[in-house]
Amino acid sequence: MTAELGLAALWLAAALALLQLALAAMALAGREELLNGVRPVAVVQAVLALLAFAVLIRLFVVVDLSVELVALNDASTKPLLYRFAGAWGNHEGSMLMWVAILGLSGACVALLERRLPERTLVATLGTQAAIGLGFYAFLLFASNPFQRLVPAPAEGQGLNPLLQDPGLAFHPPTLYLGYVGLSIAFSFACGALLTRQVDAALARAMRPWVLGAWVFLTLGITAGSYWAYYELGWGGWWFWDPVENASLMPWLAATALLHSVAVLATRDSLRAWTVMLAVVAFSMSMIGTFLVRSGILTSVHAFAVDPRRGAFILVLLALYIGGALALFAARAGTVQEGRTFEPVSREGSLVANNLLLSAILGIVLVGTLYPLLAEAVTGEKLSVGPPYFNAAAGPLALLLVTIMVAGPLLRWRRDRLAALGRRVALPAGLALAALIALLVAAPGVRLLPLLGLVLAAGVALGSLAPLWGRNLRRTPMFTWGMVIGHLGVAVALAGMASESAFTRETLVALAPGQTAQVGPWRIRFDAVEPIAGPNWTALEATLQADRGGAPLLLKPQARFFPSPPTETSEAAIATRWDGQLYTVIGKGDEAGRWQLRLWWKPFVTLIWLGGALIAVGGVLSLLGRVRRERRAAERLAWL
Amino acid sequence: MKAKNQRLTLALLALAAIVGAALLAASALRDQAAYFYTPADARRLGVEPGRSVRLGGMVEGGSIRRSPDGVTIAFTVTDGQATVPVSFRGIVPDLFKERSGVVAEGHFTPTGSFVADTILAKHDERYMPPQVAGAMHESDSLDTDAKVRAK
Repeated sequence: MTAELGLAALWLAAALALLQLALAAMALAGREELLNGVRPVAVVQAVLALLAFAVLIRLFVVVDLSVELVALNDASTKPLLYRFAGAWGNHEGSMLMWVAILGLSGACVALLERRLPERTLVATLGTQAAIGLGFYAFLLFASNPFQRLVPAPAEGQGLNPLLQDPGLAFHPPTLYLGYVGLSIAFSFACGALLTRQVDAALARAMRPWVLGAWVFLTLGITAGSYWAYYELGWGGWWFWDPVENASLMPWLAATALLHSVAVLATRDSLRAWTVMLAVVAFSMSMIGTFLVRSGILTSVHAFAVDPRRGAFILVLLALYIGGALALFAARAGTVQEGRTFEPVSREGSLVANNLLLSAILGIVLVGTLYPLLAEAVTGEKLSVGPPYFNAAAGPLALLLVTIMVAGPLLRWRRDRLAALGRRVALPAGLALAALIALLVAAPGVRLLPLLGLVLAAGVALGSLAPLWGRNLRRTPMFTWGMVIGHLGVAVALAGMASESAFTRETLVALAPGQTAQVGPWRIRFDAVEPIAGPNWTALEATLQADRGGAPLLLKPQARFFPSPPTETSEAAIATRWDGQLYTVIGKGDEAGRWQLRLWWKPFVTLIWLGGALIAVGGVLSLLGRVRRERRAAERLAWL
Repeated sequence: MKAKNQRLTLALLALAAIVGAALLAASALRDQAAYFYTPADARRLGVEPGRSVRLGGMVEGGSIRRSPDGVTIAFTVTDGQATVPVSFRGIVPDLFKERSGVVAEGHFTPTGSFVADTILAKHDERYMPPQVAGAMHESDSLDTDAKVRAK
């Protein structure tokens, strides 16, 4: 019965989405008395969608094998955490999570948003319902998660062992909260275009929602990067895999949106552009969903190839993106001209930020879609890899980071270059010092990592510069947010450049008792022993790492999972303040030797620390903005 | 600056940025896209040495040689019509074995042998990337052809 309850909740949620859309349309068409009905419907719709999702999780936890999805992806031998998180470790389950979060986003807007004019809000919730409707239809007609299986098998087929990791419990929900949270900005933009209300007030209302989604997206990407880093055992932290790109593209667009929304909210410039970016950001989320969920990609995330589903999502994409762009084209002319500004100004630097982010987005999009288009048109199989992305996007990213130093130090509306020069003198000096130090101390570092390290030094100081001469206790929380967010970029950049410039790798075959050297570490290989886990067996190596001081014990494993039969490699990673020692065990040979792959990665942890700092910056900005507006509202009420 | 001019300037700037990005992307793509070859393709079309490509086919029976350092292997990739000698330094995937499909990423040397940086092999039937699956499928059918011809 439980599965049918979930299915019923899903159908009801879809029906309510239809009702929500109809109510919103009629209210906007003149039936003003219906305006108040839209918010409650949005909330109930979300409750039903979340209920359906909760039911699916319950089915996975109790391993109800009469449900096809559970039988295909779950097994009673799995630990509880992976039975729970396994609910979204498959196509149907993750689409249900997608839709549940979409409903949740709409409900949050319905419950919390008080600044938008009521008509614009209703148009926003109507747009949200229209998106929901398409994806409910996709679930119900092409990816039903509650399909029964008769007869029920005695045991399920289990979950891809690569996904059996605590990362599965955290990474997809966080990423989806960000991904789908961007639908709010999209709906705000469409709602404002429909009711012709594109102005600074719209931006002030939109900003916290964009910040919230962006924080989750940042955390999700950072977590996913670390997960891939330790789980895949290749020692890399970013592979330019299409699925990674699918999450990076909405992030790039959302980052641009975050900055243009600031211009619109503060200075009432860039009206049409901001609305356009809000549409583009969520469009990128939907394109990402299509790439990942249609199964057309080369990647571990492509669970199955099912062209029918791909076609379904493609039609939805065309409808929503095409519809929003058509709306934009029709209404862009009615968007009032915003205020003007000089090229050398805070606005000018933010325009440069937006153009560069858009250009990087374009490069990533082309590189991700090109292999698909080439194969569709010419039948030629080809892959676009890191050399392309690094060569094309790397220089633009470094330029972007350079502008990041100057931007926060410029005044709004108009500034003088000479004055800016004085303000950036100190960060520029530090960058120069870092350049000289690097050239002397570590010659032979390649150009891109070298520039990265130099810029990281400059940006680190430059990001703190807006605090100079301020009373720190009276500095608004959102200024702290910007400072910490930008500092996070410097920290992450330093980690990336350091990893790329200073990583040492050793690949050897050792017999027990022999030693190898990697960077400053001397690694002694002690033994290999078989061990058993809850649903796997493994060969575990014992390594002793020593660079003076207390030796470290590392135990990399080669794991074997019987269901489904798969071998995975579990790297053993030791974290020190100055980097990580990363060890992987390979095959044994007849002579009793074992292959070992050892890396010393100085300061690699800064990459994810930086990502976390960027997210903290976003949270501070969000809280700071909300607090300031609440104070302003209180002052107004008091008057 | 007049409002109209500003909007026009910004639009032109945006256009320039997008065209610039597209040109940059196109030129980088021409250099960097890794194409997929079977040994017969490689012999027929010729691949310039040093360009990053994917080579797919079957690992020829009895061709795997392990070098004394324990981490370098040499083997031959065949598609029934042509063969390419491949060398690889690293840990091979679990399902890499003789007479089974393989996709190697790397480059050709001037002498016509192939240096692999990465070896992709079947992980598991259910989770195979489609591109690899396609290559494997081609290799498998080639295998059948080869067997038929051998008879």
